[in-house]
Amino acid sequence: MNQTYAVAAVTAVVLATVLIGALGLRISRTTSDFYVASRTVRPGLNAAAISGEYLSAASFLGIAGLVLVQGPAMLWYPVGYTAGYLVLLVLVAAPLRRSGAYTLSDFAEARLESRRARRLASLFVVGIGWLYLLPQLQGAGLTLEILTGAPDWVGGLLVALVVTGTVAAGGMRSITFVQAFQYWLKLTALLVPALFLLAAWYGDGAPRARFDAPAVLREHTVVRVADTVRIGLDAPLTVTVTGRVDAVPYEHRTVTLAPGTHHVLAGTELAFAPGSVLPERAASGTDPLGWSQPLAGGHDGHQLYATYGLILATFLGTMGLPHVAVRFYTSPHGRAARRTTLVVLGLVGAFYLLPPLYGALGRIYAPELALTGSADAAVLVLPERILGGLAGDVLGALLAGGAFAAFLSTASGLTMSVAGVLTQDVLPSRGVRHFRLATLLATAVPLGVGVVASKVPVADAVGLAFAVSASSFCPLLVLGIWWRRLTPPGAMAGLLLGGGSALAAVMATRAGLAPEGWAHTLMAWPAVWSVPLGFLTMVLVSLATPGRIPPGTPALLARLHLPEEFTGSVPSQEVRR
Amino acid sequence: MPEPHPPRRPRRETVTYASAHGDPAHGVVPGPARRPLAHAPARSEIDEQTTLGHTYVRSLMRSQLRAALTALAALALLVGSLPLLLALPAPEALVWIALGAGVYPVVWAIAHWYVRRAERNERDFTGLVER
Repeated sequence: MNQTYAVAAVTAVVLATVLIGALGLRISRTTSDFYVASRTVRPGLNAAAISGEYLSAASFLGIAGLVLVQGPAMLWYPVGYTAGYLVLLVLVAAPLRRSGAYTLSDFAEARLESRRARRLASLFVVGIGWLYLLPQLQGAGLTLEILTGAPDWVGGLLVALVVTGTVAAGGMRSITFVQAFQYWLKLTALLVPALFLLAAWYGDGAPRARFDAPAVLREHTVVRVADTVRIGLDAPLTVTVTGRVDAVPYEHRTVTLAPGTHHVLAGTELAFAPGSVLPERAASGTDPLGWSQPLAGGHDGHQLYATYGLILATFLGTMGLPHVAVRFYTSPHGRAARRTTLVVLGLVGAFYLLPPLYGALGRIYAPELALTGSADAAVLVLPERILGGLAGDVLGALLAGGAFAAFLSTASGLTMSVAGVLTQDVLPSRGVRHFRLATLLATAVPLGVGVVASKVPVADAVGLAFAVSASSFCPLLVLGIWWRRLTPPGAMAGLLLGGGSALAAVMATRAGLAPEGWAHTLMAWPAVWSVPLGFLTMVLVSLATPGRIPPGTPALLARLHLPEEFTGSVPSQEVRR
Repeated sequence: MPEPHPPRRPRRETVTYASAHGDPAHGVVPGPARRPLAHAPARSEIDEQTTLGHTYVRSLMRSQLRAALTALAALALLVGSLPLLLALPAPEALVWIALGAGVYPVVWAIAHWYVRRAERNERDFTGLVER
């Protein structure tokens, strides 16, 4: 890939982000401006900002990569990311705005009148925020590595620096502009190349992507295996090997591998003749193929269970993501919050029509990415692969710019909310200067962890944050808004048991501690049992502690549900207009 | 209504729409006295948090919850049932069409219905209380 164009595109996106951020710095004068954009953001602008913030590396790169490797079952990811906003809209949007809470911790404290509940909620906000930031920074590293060959920590560092700078300088107002801009940039960056790629694909005789059988390589392909893999063969395979296969060293030797499982050492190059069947990666106890694998595996109970695990996690997890909740605070009133969400659903849904196209085209034109473990790069390499020449370089550069917009926007929203919570509940004193210190802390931790943690597909890693959010904040928000008898002990027990068990289960799966079979599936997709566990714990413990119902509950619920004209937050003519 | 945030933490005080628009009472949560309650007895019941006032609030909550649950039921029926349907032997193209494109207009239509319904519930409530 031509580095010059790609580097220019990434630089342009970074500069535009910094410039629009600097513009915000001049506008945001008061503390209220700084944190909440003075709540004057109109639905159109706010919806573009919410969508821009929400469409992360997982959406821009991850979905296409997963579809390439595992087929159309992975389309449940974008469906879930979208439907999560519908659930958020009907259960939470307007009341959350009317609660006046800026973060989920504010909501917990206002609703439960308990400092301890607030601190526990803060812990989960920071935890979920970091879980979500980690894949953004790793994705940035991967992108820059593919584009320029830079070491994989450079991209993450670049994103962390830009985000820390913009957020610390301008606060929420500048982010609103930056993110609205980045939504349209991301949409353009996926849409324009997609049109060219589809035209080229049509001109190529419109070959069909096959997901029910191993992919067939269309031309002579050299694959460099980045991490050691095990491959499974159904039929003998002839390849030219440089490196080690099954512990035997080869130097540009053509060998025929027998059917069965083979061990390919990291760094080995495999050269395939045109028409070869691409071997598929085989899972082993220590080398799981990724969290989402059971989704695509045969038509058995595991697959159905995993699909519902994903559906529950994404449908119910969206409302508890820290950067999503913060955004509702910027709507002027509850009705605007609802209408904003409706526009968001349209914008996000339109965007998600595109990544699956890249996944299908990747399966046809770059299937070997599945073997090298860099399927997340499919979106970036397709223009060069299908179009080549100047057009391929320019469109590839556009996609690289869009990918960076994705990392920057999601990472700034997460950093903003994590830093907000750190300022209020962790650092000793409050004020804009401490907020800037917290911003640094909010990005430094995931950056550090990202260097040592192993790589997993970005969409999978993001799914983990959704599962924890669905099991902790979803019960808290839904019961807090709709149920009068929720008590602080109940809420805290539910957060700990629901969110804690989901986190423990997925972490154990990641660490390879889960036994094979059903236990593995249950632990890799915890939402099916951890969400009901969270709800049940909150309800039962609350019912057991009726004396602890916060005295202000009726008044607070009235404020959450009454239109603003009754609670006096908005001049009544504004609402009845 | 009690002040939800202690005043010693000015950072998280309720920033009202009015104050954000340059209302002179910046940062002050408007109390009941600011409201035009002369002509609306039901409204003052709500303001003063009487039993009758709570009954009004509960009725609004019930109608909003009904709208929310209807929308969720539609989502479960139209989208949540898809994994079961697609687990049946289906042509791969159907999976692509259903999950790749078909779901999004359905989700948006449910959302659109809900927003209109929720706003109508609020209008009806306002009409009931201010009559």
